[in-house]
Amino acid sequence: MSREKRTFEFYVLAAFFALFVLFLYGPLSAILILSFQGENGGLTFPLNGVSLHWFANLFERQAVGDFGGSFKRSFILGLMVMIVTVGVSLLAGLAFRQKFRGATALFYLAVASLVVPSIIISLGIGVVFQQIGFRPAWYTSAFGSHLTWTLPFGVLIMFAVFNRFSPAYEEAARDLGASSWQTFAHVVLPMIAPSLIGVGLFGFTLSYDEFARTLMTSGTFNTLPLEIYGMTTNVTTPVLYALGTVTSVFSFLVILLTLGAIIYVGRRRARI
Amino acid sequence: MTVALDQPLAAAKSARRRRVSIGAVAPYLQATPLALILGVFLLLPILMIAVVSFWDYDFAAMYPDFLTTNYSDTLGSWVTWKTYLNTLKYAAIVWALTLFVGFWVAYFLAFHIRTTAMQMVLFLVCTVPFLTSNIIRMISWIPVLGRNGLVNSTLVQMGLIPKPIEWLLYSEFAVVLAMVHLYALFMVTPIFNTLMRIDKSLIEAARDAGASGWQVLWNVIIPLAKPGMAIGTIFVVTLVMADFSTVQVMSGGQSASVALMMKNQMSLLQYPAAAANAVVLLVLVLLMVAGILRIVDIRKEL
Repeated sequence: MSREKRTFEFYVLAAFFALFVLFLYGPLSAILILSFQGENGGLTFPLNGVSLHWFANLFERQAVGDFGGSFKRSFILGLMVMIVTVGVSLLAGLAFRQKFRGATALFYLAVASLVVPSIIISLGIGVVFQQIGFRPAWYTSAFGSHLTWTLPFGVLIMFAVFNRFSPAYEEAARDLGASSWQTFAHVVLPMIAPSLIGVGLFGFTLSYDEFARTLMTSGTFNTLPLEIYGMTTNVTTPVLYALGTVTSVFSFLVILLTLGAIIYVGRRRARI
Repeated sequence: MTVALDQPLAAAKSARRRRVSIGAVAPYLQATPLALILGVFLLLPILMIAVVSFWDYDFAAMYPDFLTTNYSDTLGSWVTWKTYLNTLKYAAIVWALTLFVGFWVAYFLAFHIRTTAMQMVLFLVCTVPFLTSNIIRMISWIPVLGRNGLVNSTLVQMGLIPKPIEWLLYSEFAVVLAMVHLYALFMVTPIFNTLMRIDKSLIEAARDAGASGWQVLWNVIIPLAKPGMAIGTIFVVTLVMADFSTVQVMSGGQSASVALMMKNQMSLLQYPAAAANAVVLLVLVLLMVAGILRIVDIRKEL
């Protein structure tokens, strides 16, 4: 197949793919450009001059509520969710390699966590906290509700990783006299490290962008997506786009850093 | 000297014995954190919703009770049925569109891109937008579709239409477009995954046996891609059924979905009413997923 000439089908599908990419990135680039809108410009093209006015506007409290505070909360929450997701998914992935009672039930519980509408989880956790008499807060109830979204992804990824993982490596390590901890730390862990970094990226970004589950669980202080959602109804200036640009650039940076880390880990492993 | 040598030996022996017993309980210990978190933040809240859906309430508080009025109120109302039908309509349209787009994008990546490195790069290009904020991606349609947006002003300038089209933004069209935009990757990824696992020699065998391009596609590739399509379907259908933000923002309040109805009840503190809706929606979604799971075994496909 590899040395065949490009067919007509290829060009049609390539055009279709290009359109799909344009469909994905087109609108995003529109708000990227419009966030540099001049001071008197509106929400649509054409650009009425070019300025950083709306970015400056972003840091004035009255314009967008509490941008700095909500960003900080979302960032910390994302890190918390990331760490717990990586740890718990890794442990669960290891557990699913062996047979244990309740394994199937736990697996389908994880799948259920993925398909249960997020607003139901939000409502449920909100009501549970209300009935117990706990105050919902972003670091307790919202933390838990985010985990119900990130953990299934982590568990399914680890499940897939260990499905393809040959036990021969561990047997070899054990035959050479490694303890089970040594086998895990020096053989298994380095091999699955790139996938773990991927799980971490999922954990962070899914939490950082999540808001249906945060709706009833964030308590007094908003996370960033809630703040943005509130703005969609009452902000009618390009400051909305400036906020979109800043958060998108931040997301891109996180993705780039993660890819860099995965490539770095892969290279280092190849050198050994 | 011998004593000193014996000691670690004995220690090692007892350690090995302990490891055997630890080995038996290890999977339980490893699975505990996951079970605990899902138990507390998934099972318990759902049970709570089921209980609360029978409670009484007024404008200020909820009262433990066993009433079925929350259900009869919601299921007895024509508005509820219309909202459910509307939500199912969105699910069906978005499903069909994402399946079409997802299959051809995945097919292009899997069968027409020759190097693995290029496949991964192009796949990442598709993935990146899905790791950014959903709300921002929704808002980004405003300057494109708005009354004075890119599409309208281009069409007017080209003289194709006399005045801006009103239904591009804040309409059902906008809702469907934004949902396809938001959820297409959830179809691309699982289909791409199954297509990548198809043994290329199967396709060559079909060609050698005289199958045309379409016959290969229809009789070999699509049947083998069905598990991926099923998993993608689970994602897209459950996401659309649960959606309230896209419907609210993109329809400008002119369209409704079940989750949006729930959200409005929640903002009015009518939690038992919202809980009754939640139970009905949950049963519906779980039935749909169970139906799809009869076709595909997820554990085998991962």
